[in-house]
Amino acid sequence: MSITVKLKYFGVIAEETGKAEETLELESNSADVNSIKAHCYETYSISDRESIQVAVNHQMGKAGALKDGDEVAFLPPFSGG
Amino acid sequence: MTMNSNDLNNRHSRQIRLPEVGPDGQEALRHARVLIVGMGGLGCPAAQYLAAAGVGSLGLMDYDTVNLSNLHRQILYKENDIGQHKAKMAKRALQEINSEIEILAIMDWLIEDNAVELFKSFDLVIDGSDNFRTKYLINDASVLTHTPWIYASIYKFQGQLSVFNYKSGPTYRCLFPTTTNRNISCEEVGVMGPLPGVLGTLQASEAIKMILNTDGVLSGKLKLIDLLTHQDKLIEIQRNDSEIEKVKKRGIIPEVFSCTLEPRNKFYLDVRDPFEEPRLDAKNVINIPMNRLDEKQSDIPADQPVHVICQTGKRSSQAIEQLQTKYGFNNLVNVVGGIQAIMNKNKQKTHA
Repeated sequence: MSITVKLKYFGVIAEETGKAEETLELESNSADVNSIKAHCYETYSISDRESIQVAVNHQMGKAGALKDGDEVAFLPPFSGG
Repeated sequence: MTMNSNDLNNRHSRQIRLPEVGPDGQEALRHARVLIVGMGGLGCPAAQYLAAAGVGSLGLMDYDTVNLSNLHRQILYKENDIGQHKAKMAKRALQEINSEIEILAIMDWLIEDNAVELFKSFDLVIDGSDNFRTKYLINDASVLTHTPWIYASIYKFQGQLSVFNYKSGPTYRCLFPTTTNRNISCEEVGVMGPLPGVLGTLQASEAIKMILNTDGVLSGKLKLIDLLTHQDKLIEIQRNDSEIEKVKKRGIIPEVFSCTLEPRNKFYLDVRDPFEEPRLDAKNVINIPMNRLDEKQSDIPADQPVHVICQTGKRSSQAIEQLQTKYGFNNLVNVVGGIQAIMNKNKQKTHA
Protein backbone atom coordinates (compact mmCIF):
# COMPACT_ATOMS: atom_id res chain seq x y z
CA MET A 1 0.00 0.00 0.00
CA SER A 2 1.41 3.39 -0.89
CA ILE A 3 0.98 6.63 1.04
CA THR A 4 1.36 10.28 0.10
CA VAL A 5 3.04 12.81 2.38
CA LYS A 6 3.49 16.55 1.94
CA LEU A 7 6.96 17.97 2.55
CA LYS A 8 7.45 21.63 3.47
CA TYR A 9 10.80 23.39 3.37
CA PHE A 10 11.66 26.58 5.25
CA GLY A 11 14.42 29.18 5.09
CA VAL A 12 17.61 28.22 3.33
CA ILE A 13 16.38 24.62 2.87
CA ALA A 14 13.70 25.84 0.43
CA GLU A 15 16.48 27.43 -1.60
CA GLU A 16 18.62 24.32 -1.53
CA THR A 17 15.73 22.08 -2.64
CA GLY A 18 14.49 24.72 -5.08
CA LYS A 19 10.92 24.49 -3.75
CA ALA A 20 8.81 25.44 -0.74
CA GLU A 21 6.85 22.19 -0.80
CA GLU A 22 6.30 18.94 -2.64
CA THR A 23 4.28 15.77 -2.29
CA LEU A 24 6.00 12.45 -2.09
CA GLU A 25 4.46 9.08 -2.81
CA LEU A 26 5.99 6.31 -0.76
CA GLU A 27 5.77 2.64 -1.66
CA SER A 28 6.05 1.44 1.85
CA ASN A 29 3.76 2.25 4.74
CA SER A 30 6.66 1.85 7.15
CA ALA A 31 8.22 5.22 6.23
CA ASP A 32 9.16 7.43 9.18
CA VAL A 33 10.85 10.80 9.70
CA ASN A 34 14.30 9.28 9.33
CA SER A 35 13.56 7.67 5.98
CA ILE A 36 12.09 10.95 4.71
CA LYS A 37 15.20 12.79 5.88
CA ALA A 38 17.43 10.23 4.17
CA HIS A 39 15.42 10.62 0.98
CA CYS A 40 15.82 14.42 1.03
CA TYR A 41 19.51 14.37 1.82
CA GLU A 42 20.04 11.93 -1.05
CA THR A 43 18.00 13.97 -3.51
CA TYR A 44 19.19 17.47 -2.60
CA SER A 45 22.40 19.11 -1.55
CA ILE A 46 21.54 20.33 1.96
CA SER A 47 24.44 22.22 3.55
CA ASP A 48 23.62 22.08 7.25
CA ARG A 49 21.98 18.76 8.10
CA GLU A 50 23.01 18.69 11.75
CA SER A 51 20.86 21.54 13.00
CA ILE A 52 17.68 20.91 10.94
CA GLN A 53 14.58 19.92 12.95
CA VAL A 54 11.58 18.12 11.50
CA ALA A 55 7.95 18.60 12.52
CA VAL A 56 5.20 16.13 11.64
CA ASN A 57 1.69 17.60 11.47
CA HIS A 58 2.90 20.73 13.31
CA GLN A 59 4.49 18.75 16.12
CA MET A 60 8.19 18.67 16.79
CA GLY A 61 10.03 15.51 17.74
CA LYS A 62 7.29 13.06 16.77
CA ALA A 63 8.60 9.58 16.05
CA GLY A 64 6.90 6.56 14.51
CA ALA A 65 5.50 5.59 11.12
CA LEU A 66 4.01 8.26 8.85
CA LYS A 67 0.40 8.04 7.75
CA ASP A 68 -1.20 8.92 4.43
CA GLY A 69 -1.67 12.72 4.22
CA ASP A 70 0.91 13.62 6.89
CA GLU A 71 2.72 16.95 6.59
CA VAL A 72 6.47 16.89 7.25
CA ALA A 73 8.15 20.28 7.75
CA PHE A 74 11.91 20.83 7.56
CA LEU A 75 12.97 23.74 9.77
CA PRO A 76 16.44 25.23 9.95
CA PRO A 77 17.27 27.56 12.84
CA PHE A 78 17.50 31.21 11.69
CA SER A 79 20.23 33.47 12.97
CA GLY A 80 19.25 36.87 11.56
CA GLY A 81 18.16 39.79 13.73
CA MET B 1 9.38 67.66 32.62
CA THR B 2 7.62 66.00 35.53
CA MET B 3 4.29 64.31 35.36
CA ASN B 4 1.76 63.62 38.08
CA SER B 5 -0.18 60.38 38.31
CA ASN B 6 -3.08 61.83 36.33
CA ASP B 7 -0.75 62.47 33.43
CA LEU B 8 0.55 58.94 33.65
CA ASN B 9 -3.00 57.61 33.67
CA ASN B 10 -3.72 59.74 30.66
CA ARG B 11 -0.62 58.51 28.81
CA HIS B 12 -1.61 54.88 29.36
CA SER B 13 -5.38 55.33 29.48
CA ARG B 14 -6.04 53.36 26.29
CA GLN B 15 -4.28 50.27 27.58
CA ILE B 16 -5.48 50.63 31.21
CA ARG B 17 -9.01 50.43 29.81
CA LEU B 18 -8.31 46.80 28.84
CA PRO B 19 -9.47 44.46 31.62
CA GLU B 20 -6.21 42.48 31.14
CA VAL B 21 -4.23 45.62 32.09
CA GLY B 22 -6.17 47.89 34.43
CA PRO B 23 -4.42 50.04 37.06
CA ASP B 24 -2.76 46.96 38.61
CA GLY B 25 -1.38 45.83 35.27
CA GLN B 26 -0.01 49.30 34.64
CA GLU B 27 1.76 49.14 38.02
CA ALA B 28 3.19 45.74 37.05
CA LEU B 29 4.51 47.25 33.81
CA ARG B 30 6.02 50.15 35.74
CA HIS B 31 7.90 47.74 38.01
CA ALA B 32 9.05 45.42 35.20
CA ARG B 33 12.69 45.20 34.16
CA VAL B 34 13.35 44.03 30.59
CA LEU B 35 16.74 43.47 28.95
CA ILE B 36 16.98 43.68 25.16
CA VAL B 37 20.08 41.95 23.79
CA GLY B 38 20.87 43.48 20.40
CA MET B 39 19.43 46.83 19.32
CA GLY B 40 19.07 46.03 15.63
CA GLY B 41 16.02 45.26 13.49
CA LEU B 42 14.27 43.30 16.25
CA GLY B 43 15.42 45.31 19.24
CA CYS B 44 14.32 48.71 17.89
CA PRO B 45 10.57 48.05 17.54
CA ALA B 46 10.51 45.89 20.68
CA ALA B 47 12.11 48.69 22.73
CA GLN B 48 9.86 51.31 21.19
CA TYR B 49 6.63 49.58 22.19
CA LEU B 50 7.91 48.64 25.66
CA ALA B 51 9.01 52.21 26.37
CA ALA B 52 5.67 53.52 25.11
CA ALA B 53 3.77 50.98 27.24
CA GLY B 54 5.53 52.26 30.36
CA VAL B 55 7.83 49.34 31.16
CA GLY B 56 9.70 50.92 34.06
CA SER B 57 13.21 49.73 33.41
CA LEU B 58 14.76 48.87 30.04
CA GLY B 59 18.30 47.61 29.42
CA LEU B 60 19.50 48.15 25.85
CA MET B 61 22.57 46.09 25.05
CA ASP B 62 24.64 46.52 21.91
CA TYR B 63 28.28 47.34 21.24
CA ASP B 64 27.68 48.09 17.59
CA THR B 65 27.47 51.53 15.98
CA VAL B 66 24.83 52.81 13.57
CA ASN B 67 25.56 52.25 9.90
CA LEU B 68 23.76 53.66 6.86
CA SER B 69 22.67 50.16 5.79
CA ASN B 70 20.87 49.73 9.15
CA LEU B 71 18.38 52.52 8.57
CA HIS B 72 15.92 50.62 6.35
CA ARG B 73 14.91 48.37 9.25
CA GLN B 74 16.39 49.74 12.50
CA ILE B 75 13.78 52.41 12.81
CA LEU B 76 14.97 54.23 15.94
CA TYR B 77 18.07 55.58 14.20
CA LYS B 78 18.50 58.63 12.03
CA GLU B 79 21.11 59.69 9.48
CA ASN B 80 22.70 61.90 12.12
CA ASP B 81 23.27 58.86 14.36
CA ILE B 82 25.62 57.11 11.90
CA GLY B 83 28.85 56.14 13.62
CA GLN B 84 27.33 56.52 17.12
CA HIS B 85 26.63 53.63 19.52
CA LYS B 86 23.22 52.07 18.93
CA ALA B 87 22.52 51.62 22.65
CA LYS B 88 23.14 55.31 23.30
CA MET B 89 21.15 56.58 20.29
CA ALA B 90 18.27 54.23 21.10
CA LYS B 91 18.19 55.44 24.70
CA ARG B 92 18.01 59.04 23.53
CA ALA B 93 15.19 58.34 21.05
CA LEU B 94 13.21 56.31 23.60
CA GLN B 95 13.51 58.90 26.38
CA GLU B 96 11.91 61.35 23.96
CA ILE B 97 8.95 58.98 23.76
CA ASN B 98 8.82 58.37 27.52
CA SER B 99 10.90 60.41 29.95
CA GLU B 100 9.35 58.67 32.99
CA ILE B 101 11.08 55.31 32.56
CA GLU B 102 14.61 54.29 33.37
CA ILE B 103 16.76 53.27 30.41
CA LEU B 104 20.19 51.75 30.72
CA ALA B 105 22.39 51.86 27.60
CA ILE B 106 24.81 48.92 27.83
CA MET B 107 27.59 49.37 25.29
CA ASP B 108 28.96 45.86 25.37
CA TRP B 109 28.53 42.45 23.71
CA LEU B 110 26.80 39.70 25.67
CA ILE B 111 29.59 37.26 26.49
CA GLU B 112 30.15 34.25 28.74
CA ASP B 113 31.69 36.48 31.44
CA ASN B 114 28.86 39.01 31.80
CA ALA B 115 25.64 37.13 30.90
CA VAL B 116 24.67 35.55 34.24
CA GLU B 117 25.34 38.62 36.39
CA LEU B 118 23.47 40.84 33.95
CA PHE B 119 20.42 38.55 33.67
CA LYS B 120 20.01 38.58 37.47
CA SER B 121 19.00 42.26 37.28
CA PHE B 122 16.13 41.68 34.82
CA ASP B 123 12.75 39.93 34.89
CA LEU B 124 12.83 38.88 31.27
CA VAL B 125 15.07 39.06 28.23
CA ILE B 126 14.28 39.86 24.60
CA ASP B 127 16.54 38.29 22.02
CA GLY B 128 17.41 40.85 19.37
CA SER B 129 20.66 39.11 18.47
CA ASP B 130 21.77 38.07 15.00
CA ASN B 131 24.01 35.09 15.67
CA PHE B 132 23.80 31.59 17.12
CA ARG B 133 26.52 32.06 19.69
CA THR B 134 24.50 34.82 21.41
CA LYS B 135 21.23 32.89 21.13
CA TYR B 136 22.70 29.83 22.88
CA LEU B 137 24.33 32.07 25.47
CA ILE B 138 20.98 33.80 26.17
CA ASN B 139 19.41 30.35 26.52
CA ASP B 140 21.99 29.02 28.95
CA ALA B 141 22.17 32.16 31.09
CA SER B 142 18.34 32.17 31.22
CA VAL B 143 18.24 28.58 32.43
CA LEU B 144 20.85 29.32 35.11
CA THR B 145 19.10 32.47 36.36
CA HIS B 146 15.47 31.25 35.86
CA THR B 147 14.80 34.09 33.43
CA PRO B 148 12.19 33.67 30.70
CA TRP B 149 13.17 35.00 27.28
CA ILE B 150 11.55 35.83 23.97
CA TYR B 151 13.29 34.42 20.93
CA ALA B 152 12.99 35.78 17.42
CA SER B 153 15.03 35.21 14.32
CA ILE B 154 14.67 36.19 10.71
CA TYR B 155 15.67 35.01 7.26
CA LYS B 156 14.83 37.10 4.17
CA PHE B 157 10.99 37.14 4.38
CA GLN B 158 10.55 34.49 7.10
CA GLY B 159 10.65 34.70 10.86
CA GLN B 160 10.58 32.41 13.90
CA LEU B 161 9.18 33.40 17.29
CA SER B 162 8.86 31.61 20.63
CA VAL B 163 8.96 32.18 24.39
CA PHE B 164 11.49 29.98 26.16
CA ASN B 165 12.13 28.99 29.76
CA TYR B 166 8.73 30.33 30.81
CA LYS B 167 6.79 28.56 33.59
CA SER B 168 8.57 25.20 33.06
CA GLY B 169 8.09 25.35 29.29
CA PRO B 170 10.71 24.25 26.78
CA THR B 171 14.00 26.04 26.12
CA TYR B 172 15.82 26.90 22.87
CA ARG B 173 18.00 23.80 23.24
CA CYS B 174 14.83 21.65 23.48
CA LEU B 175 14.04 22.87 19.95
CA PHE B 176 17.52 23.15 18.46
CA PRO B 177 19.88 21.12 20.71
CA THR B 178 23.07 21.97 18.86
CA THR B 179 24.39 24.52 16.46
CA THR B 180 26.87 24.27 13.67
CA ASN B 181 27.18 28.04 14.02
CA ARG B 182 26.57 28.75 10.37
CA ASN B 183 25.27 32.24 10.83
CA ILE B 184 23.36 33.63 7.90
CA SER B 185 23.12 37.36 8.54
CA CYS B 186 20.87 40.00 6.99
CA GLU B 187 24.07 41.61 5.65
CA GLU B 188 24.84 38.47 3.65
CA VAL B 189 21.44 37.47 2.24
CA GLY B 190 19.31 40.59 2.55
CA VAL B 191 16.12 41.21 4.50
CA MET B 192 12.88 43.07 3.95
CA GLY B 193 12.74 45.96 6.45
CA PRO B 194 9.25 45.33 7.86
CA LEU B 195 10.10 41.68 8.72
CA PRO B 196 12.11 42.41 11.89
CA GLY B 197 9.51 45.12 12.57
CA VAL B 198 6.78 42.47 12.71
CA LEU B 199 8.84 40.05 14.78
CA GLY B 200 10.19 42.68 17.18
CA THR B 201 6.68 44.03 17.70
CA LEU B 202 5.44 40.52 18.50
CA GLN B 203 8.30 40.18 21.00
CA ALA B 204 7.11 43.36 22.74
CA SER B 205 3.56 42.01 22.74
CA GLU B 206 4.65 38.72 24.36
CA ALA B 207 6.74 40.65 26.92
CA ILE B 208 3.73 42.75 27.93
CA LYS B 209 1.55 39.59 28.21
CA MET B 210 4.17 37.92 30.40
CA ILE B 211 4.43 40.95 32.69
CA LEU B 212 0.63 41.04 32.98
CA ASN B 213 0.53 37.27 33.45
CA THR B 214 -2.14 36.81 30.79
CA ASP B 215 -3.04 33.53 29.05
CA GLY B 216 -1.83 32.62 25.60
CA VAL B 217 1.89 33.31 25.98
CA LEU B 218 3.78 31.64 23.10
CA SER B 219 5.52 29.03 25.27
CA GLY B 220 5.83 25.46 23.93
CA LYS B 221 5.07 26.72 20.44
CA LEU B 222 7.16 28.00 17.59
CA LYS B 223 5.46 30.56 15.38
CA LEU B 224 6.62 30.65 11.77
CA ILE B 225 5.86 33.75 9.79
CA ASP B 226 6.29 34.23 6.05
CA LEU B 227 5.61 37.77 4.86
CA LEU B 228 5.99 36.71 1.21
CA THR B 229 3.40 33.90 1.12
CA HIS B 230 1.41 34.48 4.36
CA GLN B 231 1.65 30.76 5.03
CA ASP B 232 2.09 31.12 8.78
CA LYS B 233 2.35 28.10 11.06
CA LEU B 234 2.33 27.20 14.72
CA ILE B 235 4.51 24.20 15.61
CA GLU B 236 4.28 22.48 18.99
CA ILE B 237 7.56 21.92 20.80
CA GLN B 238 8.19 19.70 23.81
CA ARG B 239 10.33 20.30 26.85
CA ASN B 240 13.41 18.08 26.87
CA ASP B 241 14.60 17.77 30.48
CA SER B 242 17.98 16.31 29.57
CA GLU B 243 18.88 19.41 27.51
CA ILE B 244 17.97 21.65 30.45
CA GLU B 245 19.79 19.51 33.03
CA LYS B 246 22.94 19.53 30.88
CA VAL B 247 23.04 23.33 31.03
CA LYS B 248 22.39 23.39 34.78
CA LYS B 249 25.22 20.94 35.35
CA ARG B 250 27.91 22.48 33.18
CA GLY B 251 27.04 26.20 33.53
CA ILE B 252 28.15 28.65 30.90
CA ILE B 253 30.84 27.37 28.60
CA PRO B 254 31.98 29.10 25.49
CA GLU B 255 31.15 27.20 22.32
CA VAL B 256 34.34 27.90 20.47
CA PHE B 257 34.76 26.79 16.92
CA SER B 258 38.16 27.62 15.56
CA CYS B 259 39.53 27.31 12.07
CA THR B 260 43.15 27.31 11.00
CA LEU B 261 44.23 29.01 7.81
CA GLU B 262 46.97 27.41 5.78
CA PRO B 263 49.58 28.19 4.67
CA ARG B 264 50.80 30.24 7.62
CA ASN B 265 52.76 32.71 5.50
CA LYS B 266 49.64 34.12 3.83
CA PHE B 267 48.27 37.26 5.46
CA TYR B 268 44.53 37.54 6.15
CA LEU B 269 42.11 40.38 6.95
CA ASP B 270 38.97 39.05 8.71
CA VAL B 271 36.10 41.56 8.28
CA ARG B 272 33.54 39.70 10.45
CA ASP B 273 32.17 40.91 13.79
CA PRO B 274 34.05 39.70 16.91
CA PHE B 275 31.37 37.16 17.95
CA GLU B 276 31.19 35.37 14.60
CA GLU B 277 32.52 31.85 14.57
CA PRO B 278 34.66 29.98 13.88
CA ARG B 279 37.32 32.38 15.13
CA LEU B 280 40.50 32.42 13.12
CA ASP B 281 43.18 31.17 15.38
CA ALA B 282 46.44 32.42 13.96
CA LYS B 283 49.05 35.15 14.03
CA ASN B 284 48.68 35.82 10.31
CA VAL B 285 45.20 37.34 10.72
CA ILE B 286 44.01 40.83 11.64
CA ASN B 287 40.36 41.40 12.50
CA ILE B 288 38.63 44.63 11.43
CA PRO B 289 34.82 44.40 11.32
CA MET B 290 33.11 46.00 8.30
CA ASN B 291 31.89 49.03 10.22
CA ARG B 292 35.40 49.83 11.51
CA LEU B 293 37.17 49.65 8.12
CA ASP B 294 37.34 53.41 7.59
CA GLU B 295 38.65 54.05 11.07
CA LYS B 296 41.25 51.24 11.02
CA GLN B 297 42.29 51.00 7.35
CA SER B 298 45.80 52.22 8.23
CA ASP B 299 46.40 48.94 10.15
CA ILE B 300 46.14 46.94 6.92
CA PRO B 301 49.57 46.20 5.42
CA ALA B 302 49.98 47.60 1.89
CA ASP B 303 53.32 45.94 1.12
CA GLN B 304 52.17 42.29 0.79
CA PRO B 305 49.13 40.44 -0.58
CA VAL B 306 46.27 40.52 1.93
CA HIS B 307 43.56 37.85 1.65
CA VAL B 308 40.24 39.33 2.78
CA ILE B 309 37.85 36.86 4.37
CA CYS B 310 34.35 36.71 5.90
CA GLN B 311 31.76 33.97 6.41
CA THR B 312 30.75 33.45 2.75
CA GLY B 313 32.89 35.78 0.65
CA LYS B 314 30.21 38.47 0.16
CA ARG B 315 31.18 41.01 2.79
CA SER B 316 34.88 40.51 2.03
CA SER B 317 34.30 41.45 -1.61
CA GLN B 318 32.39 44.58 -0.49
CA ALA B 319 35.27 45.40 1.86
CA ILE B 320 37.78 45.12 -0.97
CA GLU B 321 35.71 47.44 -3.17
CA GLN B 322 35.47 49.97 -0.36
CA LEU B 323 39.19 49.85 0.47
CA GLN B 324 40.23 50.05 -3.19
CA THR B 325 37.97 52.95 -4.11
CA LYS B 326 38.43 55.01 -0.99
CA TYR B 327 42.05 54.32 -0.03
CA GLY B 328 43.70 52.95 -3.18
CA PHE B 329 44.65 49.50 -1.86
CA ASN B 330 45.83 47.28 -4.73
CA ASN B 331 47.05 44.25 -2.78
CA LEU B 332 43.70 42.77 -1.69
CA VAL B 333 42.51 39.30 -2.72
CA ASN B 334 39.01 37.98 -1.94
CA VAL B 335 38.70 34.55 -0.32
CA VAL B 336 35.87 33.22 -2.49
CA GLY B 337 33.31 31.22 -0.50
CA GLY B 338 34.79 32.53 2.76
CA ILE B 339 35.33 30.52 5.92
CA GLN B 340 32.45 28.18 5.11
CA ALA B 341 34.22 27.01 1.97
CA ILE B 342 37.43 26.40 3.95
CA MET B 343 35.51 24.51 6.65
CA ASN B 344 33.77 22.34 4.03
CA LYS B 345 37.10 21.58 2.39
CA ASN B 346 38.64 20.65 5.77
CA LYS B 347 35.64 18.43 6.50
CA GLN B 348 35.99 16.59 3.20
CA LYS B 349 39.68 16.08 3.93
CA THR B 350 38.98 14.48 7.31
CA HIS B 351 36.25 12.30 5.86
CA ALA B 352 38.28 11.13 2.87
